[in-house]
Amino acid sequence: MTQGLEKETIYSSSFQEVLARTADEDARRLRAAAFKYFTENGFPTPRDEEWKYTNSAAISDFGFRISDFGAGDDGSEFLSGFDYRRNGFTALHLAFAGVRVVRIPKDTSLAEPLEFTFKADEDGAIFPHLIVVAERGSKATIVETYESAGTSFTNAGVQIFVEDDASLTHYRVQKESAESYHVGTTEVTLKRGSFYNATNINLGGKLARHDVHLKFTAEGGEAYVDGLYMLSGDQHSDTHSEIDHRVPNCTSHQNYKGVLNDRSRGVFNGKVFVRENAHGTDAQQSNKNLLLSNDARVDTKPQLEIFNDDVKCAHGATVGQLEDEELFYLLSRGLNGALARNLLTYGFAEEIVNKIEIESIKKELDEAVLNRLHTSLEA
Amino acid sequence: MLLEIKDLHAGIEGKEILKGLNLKVNKGEVHAIMGPNGSGKSTLSKVLAGHPSYEVISGEVVYEGKNLLELEPDERARDGVFLAFQYPVEVPGVSNSQFLRLAYNEKMKHLGEEELDPLEFNDYLKEKAKIVEMSPEFFKRSVNEGFSGGEKKRNEILQMAVLEPKLAILDETDSGLDIDALRIVAEGVNKLRSAENGIILVTHYQRLLNYIEPDYVHVLAGGKIVKEGGKELALELEEKGYDWVRAATK
Repeated sequence: MTQGLEKETIYSSSFQEVLARTADEDARRLRAAAFKYFTENGFPTPRDEEWKYTNSAAISDFGFRISDFGAGDDGSEFLSGFDYRRNGFTALHLAFAGVRVVRIPKDTSLAEPLEFTFKADEDGAIFPHLIVVAERGSKATIVETYESAGTSFTNAGVQIFVEDDASLTHYRVQKESAESYHVGTTEVTLKRGSFYNATNINLGGKLARHDVHLKFTAEGGEAYVDGLYMLSGDQHSDTHSEIDHRVPNCTSHQNYKGVLNDRSRGVFNGKVFVRENAHGTDAQQSNKNLLLSNDARVDTKPQLEIFNDDVKCAHGATVGQLEDEELFYLLSRGLNGALARNLLTYGFAEEIVNKIEIESIKKELDEAVLNRLHTSLEA
Repeated sequence: MLLEIKDLHAGIEGKEILKGLNLKVNKGEVHAIMGPNGSGKSTLSKVLAGHPSYEVISGEVVYEGKNLLELEPDERARDGVFLAFQYPVEVPGVSNSQFLRLAYNEKMKHLGEEELDPLEFNDYLKEKAKIVEMSPEFFKRSVNEGFSGGEKKRNEILQMAVLEPKLAILDETDSGLDIDALRIVAEGVNKLRSAENGIILVTHYQRLLNYIEPDYVHVLAGGKIVKEGGKELALELEEKGYDWVRAATK
C-alpha cells in the first residue's frame, strides 16, 4: 500500500479538471503519464534511499485544496525533458504543473532582475512550473520567491537552460510560513561556455525539500550552486543536489550552510558525478552546519562518483558549534554572550547572503537572519 | 592603583603556569613583561582578559578597587580592560565597522553615555583609523578575514583606539611584523598612551621597546617575575639573553 493511493480520489477529480484545460495533445499525454506514475508509485517514503531522512507522510495525509489548476499548453517541448519519474512528487507536479516560459533573448543583457513570486493560500496546494531559457550570449538575473499563508503545499518545478556563452544568476528564496509543506525541483542544463550562479535560501516550511539537478552538456561551463538553510522550532529542511559533469573542462562549486536551532533538522545530500570522458573537471563541494541547540540535528552526506583521473575534486562537511576562540574574541571586546553568539551566527550565514547582489533582497534576508536570532545590529 | 596582581597562581588543563606572580600598574605607566617561551606571558594575558580555558588557582587581581577575577570577560572589557591578541581571530561575515560599533555602543551603554548611529560612528572610526594608518576600505571587510599579519595587528590597535581602554594588554603585538608594520603599530600605541591609561606590553624581544619606551621592565621566568628594572633592563637582557636571568635566579 503506497501513500499516494490513499489520496488518489482527491487528486483524481482535480486532475480531470486539469486535463480538460489542456488542449495540446502532447501536453495531455505527458500529464496523463505523470499522473499515472503518481497513482502507481505514490509519495516516496523513508524506505526510499533518496528520502531516507525526510518523511513526507504529513503531506500525503493532508487534504489540500488545489488552488492552481495549471494552465494550458505552454512549454510542452520543455516539459517532456523534465524527469517526472524521480518520485511521486515530481510526477504529481508535472500532472498539475502551471507552466510559465520565459526567454531571455540572444545577446541581451537585462538590467533589471526578473522576479517570480509564488504564493500558496491557507490549505491550498500549488504546482508552479517555471521554464527559463537564457539564449546564447544573454545575461540576466532571476529571482524566484515562495511565500505562503498558514498550512499549504507547494510542489514546484523549475527548468533552466543556459545556452552557449550565456550567464544567469538565480536567487531562490523560500520563505513560506513555518506550517507549510514545500517540495521543489530545479533542473539546470548548461551549454558551451555558459555561467550559472545560484543562491538557494531556505527559511520557511515545516517540511521543505529542494532538489537541484545540474548537468553540463558542453565544455567550458561554470556553475555555483550555493545555499543556506536557517531553521528553528520543528522545521525540517532537506536539500539534495546532483551535479553531473558529463563533458570535459567544466567547473562546479557548491557551498551550502546550515544554521539549526531548537529541535530543527537539516539534511544535505550532495552528489557529484564526473563521467569517464569529463577530463579537466573542477568540482568543489562544501557543507557546513552550525548547531545552536542540543536538540537540533543535521544529516550531511557528500557523495563523489568520479570515473576520470584528470580532475580536481574536493568536498567537505562539518557539523559544529560556535568556536570558543571566536566567542572569546567578541566577549573580550565587550559584547555580551548572547550578542556575541548571535553575531557569530549571523556572520556564518552572511557568507551566503552576501552573495546576493540585489540590495533590497539582501537587506530583507539580513533582517530575516537577524530576526531568527532575535537580535539587531542597529542597537 | 589601576591594577594590582598579588601572588597569582594560574594555569590551564590542570597545569600550573603562573606560580606566584606580583605586579602593580598605575595609570600613565607602560610596563613591559619580557620572558622566554613557556614562561607564562600568554597565560598572564589570557587570565587578565578572562579566557575560560585558564583557571586561577589562588591569588588576587584587583582592578580599580574591584576583584577582576569575579567579572566575566565581557564585563571586564566594558569596564576598560583590553587585550590585543597575539593571534587575532577572524570573524567571517561580520564587517569591521559593524563589529566595532557594537562593541563601542555596548561600552557606551554600560557607561550610561550616548550611543552612536552608523553614520556618526563611521566619522568616529575614520578619525581613529588615522592612528594606525588604516584605510576606510577595511571598515567594510569582515573582521580580520584575509588580513595580512600586519593588518591584523593594526586592526587590534584600531580596536584599542576605538574602545579607549583604561588597561591595555598587548600580547606579543610585535610578533610576525615587518619593520614598517612594527613602526605603524608602535606609533599607534604611543599616540594612545596617556596619563589616563596603563599599558602592559608582553613581548619576547626587546625590538618593540625601541619604539615603545616602557617605564618598567619585568622579566618573567618559570611563572614568576624574577627581575625588575627600568628600560635599560631590556637592553641588558637582549645582550645577555634569558639564560642570564635563569642563571641569576637559581
